Amino acid sequence: MSSTENIIDYNKKGLPPIFGIFGFGLFGIGLGLSILAYLIEPVRSAYNNVILLEFLSSIGIGSLFLIALEYVVGAVWSTPFRRVFEILSSVLLILPLVAIPVYLHAHDIFHWTHLEVVASDPILNEKSPYLNMTFFTIRIIAYFVIWILFHLLITHNSKKQDVTKDIKLTKLNTKLSAIFLPLFAITLTFSSIDWLMSLEPHWFSTIFGVYYFAGTFLAAIAAGTYLVIWLNEKGLLVKGIGKDHYYSLGALLFGFINFWAYIAFSQYLLIWYANLPEETVWFLQRWNGSWMYFSIFFVVIHFLVPYFALLSQPSKMNPKTLKFMSVWIILAHFFDLYWIVMPTFSREGFVFGWIEIGFLLLGLGIVIVVFNLKAKNQNLVAIGDPRLKRGLDFRL
Amino acid sequence: MDEKILYGYSGLFDTPDEIIEAANKTAESKFKKYDVHTPYPVHGMDDAMKLKPSRLPYVALVVGLSAMFGMLGFMYWISTVDYPVIVGGKPFFSFPAWVPVLFEITVLSASIATVVAMIAIFFKFPNISHPLHDTDFMKSVTSDKYGISIDVTDDENVEEAKLFLQSIGANNVTAIYWDNDEVNFKNSVLQPKFLALLLVLVIGVSGATYFTLNKLMFMAPFNWMREQAKYIPQEKSTFFSDEFAMRNPVAGTVQRGLLPYKFTKKPEESAALINPLEVTKPNLDLGKKKYDIYCSPCHGYFAEGDSRMRGQFPNPPSLHSEKVRNWSDGRIFNVLTDGQNVMPSYAYQLTRNERWAVILYVRALQRSLNAKESDLK
Repeated sequence: MSSTENIIDYNKKGLPPIFGIFGFGLFGIGLGLSILAYLIEPVRSAYNNVILLEFLSSIGIGSLFLIALEYVVGAVWSTPFRRVFEILSSVLLILPLVAIPVYLHAHDIFHWTHLEVVASDPILNEKSPYLNMTFFTIRIIAYFVIWILFHLLITHNSKKQDVTKDIKLTKLNTKLSAIFLPLFAITLTFSSIDWLMSLEPHWFSTIFGVYYFAGTFLAAIAAGTYLVIWLNEKGLLVKGIGKDHYYSLGALLFGFINFWAYIAFSQYLLIWYANLPEETVWFLQRWNGSWMYFSIFFVVIHFLVPYFALLSQPSKMNPKTLKFMSVWIILAHFFDLYWIVMPTFSREGFVFGWIEIGFLLLGLGIVIVVFNLKAKNQNLVAIGDPRLKRGLDFRL
Repeated sequence: MDEKILYGYSGLFDTPDEIIEAANKTAESKFKKYDVHTPYPVHGMDDAMKLKPSRLPYVALVVGLSAMFGMLGFMYWISTVDYPVIVGGKPFFSFPAWVPVLFEITVLSASIATVVAMIAIFFKFPNISHPLHDTDFMKSVTSDKYGISIDVTDDENVEEAKLFLQSIGANNVTAIYWDNDEVNFKNSVLQPKFLALLLVLVIGVSGATYFTLNKLMFMAPFNWMREQAKYIPQEKSTFFSDEFAMRNPVAGTVQRGLLPYKFTKKPEESAALINPLEVTKPNLDLGKKKYDIYCSPCHGYFAEGDSRMRGQFPNPPSLHSEKVRNWSDGRIFNVLTDGQNVMPSYAYQLTRNERWAVILYVRALQRSLNAKESDLK
């Protein structure tokens, strides 16, 4: 494999300044609006903060999952832009900061934290060994520790490989990934239960973790796809990434649009069929008042539009379509979380105002700013990866 | 034996890189009818051969969507128009339950249509012969070699293809001939052989289906599910001494909500019964319906005793006679319940309410011929 080293023609170039300025702009506006929102409507802001937290964790942990999956299955096609996903996953480092305001407002948004209510409610009383503040705190700390630990280990090895070009580091990362994947499955499932499902503590759905995972992975692929195409068009990645790579990303995106719809519908169909009051309450809430219109609209934006936009083979290779649909899907995932979280806050009908927009801008801003900062001091391509040449030669 | 017709030339290559390059060169050459054969899908081959995107996806799209909407309409028609049945308390138009069916039918029909279209259009089914079959070339490219074959059947200068293959570095350049027995340029669906095969298939499949459903299901061990430790109707009991599996109710058992008829064989006393039904349109309609079914065969549609039974012994009586007109409703009820002379009891065919409704209708028929003074005003 020594011959590959000479072929890779990569010169580190900085990202265009407009990227950082745009990111800081979004971040600044978003942060300002969110702080203002916390001063005016703290409870509504805390709910929005849950959306923000889960949005960022989607992009961060989804990217890390994709990297781990590629290591474990020995994927070659994705090596030229694995680093983009590695940098995206550094969003995980910011997560604890974003979680602090939610944690401080836990009493406002989590019904099960009201001990006097729990004592008089037989269902919540039975659930209290799991849903109590002490165990909750231990769990969320455990998630952050596990995620950030594996993020640091895997990206550290990958960066070290840029210099040493040692295949052993790939093997080490493969082992780390194999350990990470089951931990990922458990932590992601339970974190979705803790942050999202426990907003309605009486309700339960056994497929909820998978549902959140589908959205998570979709958002991460979308964010990565956009950045890969954009960076490649600016010539910041290595030469040789072309429509075969775009097609693979597009196919992954398309596949997980279907997977999301499949899981979302499975959850709905079983609850609709069994028609048990303790399960249907969640969907009835999302059919209440103007939420009904939002739910119907949501099926269109999260499934029908992206499905038909990416159905044909040429559309999966077209950079313009892919970039547009990536942004679309990132926003759709935001609305997915909005649809999960906000009906608990506003039961009569949906509310969407400057507060929601502020937190959305803050979320996008954080991703861009973190990416910009992290991209400054490392290569945008894993130039030391022994599989890189094969990845560039990948053809359909 | 006739001289064989030349199909074309084939050449072999040793590595995937060579075949990609060779495919590239062939695509740029004057030869348009050529194909590349590899033991496994080689990445980048579509590009090298400069293939246009396949049109098969459109078959899948069109057939898939048509099947989906067809099935949607079909299920809508079944469940809401033709045979609405409530299942699990769900509405007739229960769309979520149909989604899995729609999904399956879309995938199934699209994939079957794709395969059938491929076989029918591109392979020209039922033509199953090809000159490349059974050649050493085909043996090589299905194990460890990569090959190109150029079709020169319609070309003038056949030697060019041979020279071209040699010029791009192919090994074992070989001429391929049509098999004279199998020369078959036509898409011949109406071949007797093929039709005979279809016939055999149809008879075989329907025979097997008939045998399975009508015979096999009743043979051991497939009939074991039928043989259960319970009595089926008309089965002999080995437990009760009278050998009846179905037990008679205890003497004096009365049907729930229904008192026994007290005036059996007591026509005079039954006269005191009063018709519980009011004279309303629905009651008269019910009476007319039941009268036309059960009474009109003898008494005639207008109760004049003029049915086709007239002339046979004994003549059915008219219900417009003085006697019947003066009977009370209860007295007629007794006739319907018990029967009279050759008229049997209609207690099994008509419920009590239906008998009263028939009486209302008979009264209406009677008044149509013998109206009271008050009816004329």
